[in-house]
Amino acid sequence: MTFKSQPETASRNVRSLRRSPTSPRTLFSILMTSLVFICVALALLPLLAVLFYVITQGASRLNLSVFQELPPPPMVEGGGFRNAIVGTLIMVGIGALISIPFGVLAAIYLSEFSSGKIAEWTRFATNVLSGVPSIIVGVFAYGVIVLTMKTYSAWAGGFALSILMLPIIVRTTDEALQLVPKELRQAAVGLGATDFQTVTRVVLPAALPAIITGGTLAIARAAGETAPLLFTALFTQFGINWSSGLVEPTASLSVLIYNFATVPFKNQQELAWAASFILVVMVLITSTLARLATARKVY
Amino acid sequence: MTPAIKKQSGIQPRSPWSRKLDQSFIWLTRLFALAIAGVLIWIAIQVAIAAFPAIRQFGLGFLTTTTWNPVNSQYGALPMIYGTIVTSAIALLIAVPVGLGVAIFLSENYLPPKIQLAFVFLVELLAAIPSVVYGLWGIFVLIPFLRPLQQGLNTYFGWLPIFSTPPAGPGMLTAGVILSIMILPTIAAISRDALISLPSDLRQAAVGLGATRWETILMVLVPAAFSGIVGAIMLALGRAIGETMAVTMVIGNSNNISPSIFAPANTIPSLLANQFAEASGLQVAALMYAALVLFGLTLLVNILAQILVRRVQRI
Repeated sequence: MTFKSQPETASRNVRSLRRSPTSPRTLFSILMTSLVFICVALALLPLLAVLFYVITQGASRLNLSVFQELPPPPMVEGGGFRNAIVGTLIMVGIGALISIPFGVLAAIYLSEFSSGKIAEWTRFATNVLSGVPSIIVGVFAYGVIVLTMKTYSAWAGGFALSILMLPIIVRTTDEALQLVPKELRQAAVGLGATDFQTVTRVVLPAALPAIITGGTLAIARAAGETAPLLFTALFTQFGINWSSGLVEPTASLSVLIYNFATVPFKNQQELAWAASFILVVMVLITSTLARLATARKVY
Repeated sequence: MTPAIKKQSGIQPRSPWSRKLDQSFIWLTRLFALAIAGVLIWIAIQVAIAAFPAIRQFGLGFLTTTTWNPVNSQYGALPMIYGTIVTSAIALLIAVPVGLGVAIFLSENYLPPKIQLAFVFLVELLAAIPSVVYGLWGIFVLIPFLRPLQQGLNTYFGWLPIFSTPPAGPGMLTAGVILSIMILPTIAAISRDALISLPSDLRQAAVGLGATRWETILMVLVPAAFSGIVGAIMLALGRAIGETMAVTMVIGNSNNISPSIFAPANTIPSLLANQFAEASGLQVAALMYAALVLFGLTLLVNILAQILVRRVQRI
């Protein structure tokens, strides 16, 4: 500190309160600030690079036949990935059907009925579950479903995805329910509503937009997951055979990207970029919508 | 309350049916909440049971054996454990300074709040891009981009063991770089949360004592949020250890231990991704054993991270 306490130097003290632009302390601040700006540029550079390549490479291959045709063999022009789009939709759908009711009910308990310890431990478990690597979930689903059914299936893939979606649903629903003001619950109970009525008629509808946002985010995240599908749903060049009850290898967009990115055939690589484009656009749209929806507070 | 008053106010006791409904609803929700922890335990048990034949055959030697040879049924996970540690270390080396810089930038008032929120959103977007898309980008964009740099390092610093092998493109460095991009949002977002949840008195007191912005950040704010920042780094580490697709696509998939960061290698997740679908018999058990090691490792790192992140929230 540069202060002097003698009264005779008072006039100089006023000047010394002003920060000298060349003092080491100011220069250090300027240096660190510019370093931080460089960090931000470094962080955003890959994002822009990924988006740039996915959009330029992916959009150029995108046409109607991509949505209508099946994956082509190597070196054959044309083709698409209709089966992968349908497969992804089916498996994400199965995942959502399992994880959304499960997650919402668990979150209701956490925010409405639990007292202290159990809720704390359950939130802890939820966070730990969201940190479990997706490949472990794939291994787990393989052991639980593929080994018992003796075949790869869309069900196994959907089951694996549901475990990955579960913590996202629980966390977003839990947060959404806690944002609903206490007064609403008190008013409902004051009017004679039971706990069940309070939750289903008052609290859940009030939190519904945020819950839907969380569900959408979870679905977008699950659609891009690859590792849990590698040995649960596997992959196939063929279309979905509904009559088999989905108990057969099922294609998905993400596994298609993985398979076609690692082959030396140009036509299949192009399809991998096109599939990436679809996944990335979906992630962009859902993330933006989620951001807009949560920015607008209902209460 | 006497019966007379009850009658007067018209309040009637709830029907037993409605009370049952309420009770069973609460029990139902509690069941699902407890099932979350149940799923975690179920995963652990399932993987452990499937790994049991390999555990019985190889014991702890599995962790220190360097050969992975399905033909002779010899399995050791040391090369993959080594690959996992090296790639995660490279990722942290890059992502921790940059991520902390981003966190500080996003917790200070350099920009108007609206623009700042846009930057927060962009960083979050980095985490939302699917890992397989990073892998695709890594193969076709990052590997060619890093090749001249790797070649230069190999030519001029090749006498250092870590740069000693001629770069082939895919390898531990490429995997580490791609991992650093993927874990950066975790470090940035959670460290930022820790920094902005500090009481504003801290900053006011520091500035009031005459500290510059950076003296405040480095001597007051970062130390106060330290456990949150370490927690963020641990969470990122957990993600780096378990990340599968992007790493599998750019690491080169070789079960050798090389001191050079240009050499192809394998991580535990990439081993699983590569071999699981074609494995049978003891190989499945060995892969399950590797998965169990990975699960235990990430569980440990994640639990420590949760405890650290929580501590900062209590300030």
